[in-house]
Amino acid sequence: MTPENQAEMVADFIQNMPHAKALSMLVERSGAGEAVISMPYDTRLIGDPETGVIHGGAVSALMDTCCGTAVMCHPNAGVPTATLDLRIDYMRSATPGDRITATATCYHVTRNVAFVRAVATDADTDRPVATATGAFTVPQQKAVTS
Amino acid sequence: MNKPEPVQVIKQRRDAALQQLLSDVPYIQFLGVQFDRRGDELTAVLPFKEDHIGNPMLPAIHGGVTAAFLEITAIIQLSWAMIWDDMEGKTVDLPDRIQLPKTIDFTVDYLRSGLPRDAYARARVNRSGRRYASVHVEAWQDNRTKLFAQGTGHFLMPDRTKAP
Repeated sequence: MTPENQAEMVADFIQNMPHAKALSMLVERSGAGEAVISMPYDTRLIGDPETGVIHGGAVSALMDTCCGTAVMCHPNAGVPTATLDLRIDYMRSATPGDRITATATCYHVTRNVAFVRAVATDADTDRPVATATGAFTVPQQKAVTS
Repeated sequence: MNKPEPVQVIKQRRDAALQQLLSDVPYIQFLGVQFDRRGDELTAVLPFKEDHIGNPMLPAIHGGVTAAFLEITAIIQLSWAMIWDDMEGKTVDLPDRIQLPKTIDFTVDYLRSGLPRDAYARARVNRSGRRYASVHVEAWQDNRTKLFAQGTGHFLMPDRTKAP
């Protein structure tokens, strides 16, 4: 399978996950261990009714999906993958009404583990809303053997 | 000695306070998270929904749903502990809208894949100061001793000296 085919297949797989659909996630770009996924503002996702700010949990779902996508389109990792550990740091509240975009990089892959970091922003792309670091499983058969 | 409060009065007060914490947050309704209360102990329940699926092949609960469920459990448990004394002491009336703690960071440890069935979680507040709090959460499905995920988070406490 060519890397382009893999990226296309991964994007398709991600967008068809029931929970990704529930949050209307859109794969903007994926390939070579990188992924960009965005999610529109939705009043059903509000965590703070006073301000209308999205709940951290919804941002976690976006981050987890984006990190997993980066792993799945990494040449030395692949499909499927599962999250082992994910840490999210919340820098500030996302601006209500803004689309949230996560960018993830799978920066190191061993035989068994893929390491990923990600950043989420809203319309103000200079100030991150949240960052994430995670460890994901690497599928057995596609692990690097050399 | 004062006569103890009638049991229904106590139950009504506590359940109303818990409902007040939950009903204001659309995202809790969106995921469908409910809370069981026994005295001051809370158990969060996540009834399974098709919408929670991540990988449809397995099928398994989306890691993001698990993370959100743990984070909601931590925030509600922390808020519940925060309002308990005011609620029980009856010296202070609870405000119409209770300000919730804000997540600083949250780490989820995925132990096994979440199966397509109901999940449960309980949180323990390890430290709650005037400004910061640290909370640990455990989640399971069929067996209480077989956790499918656990998490730890740090939270910024609302300023309760000023009215919201």
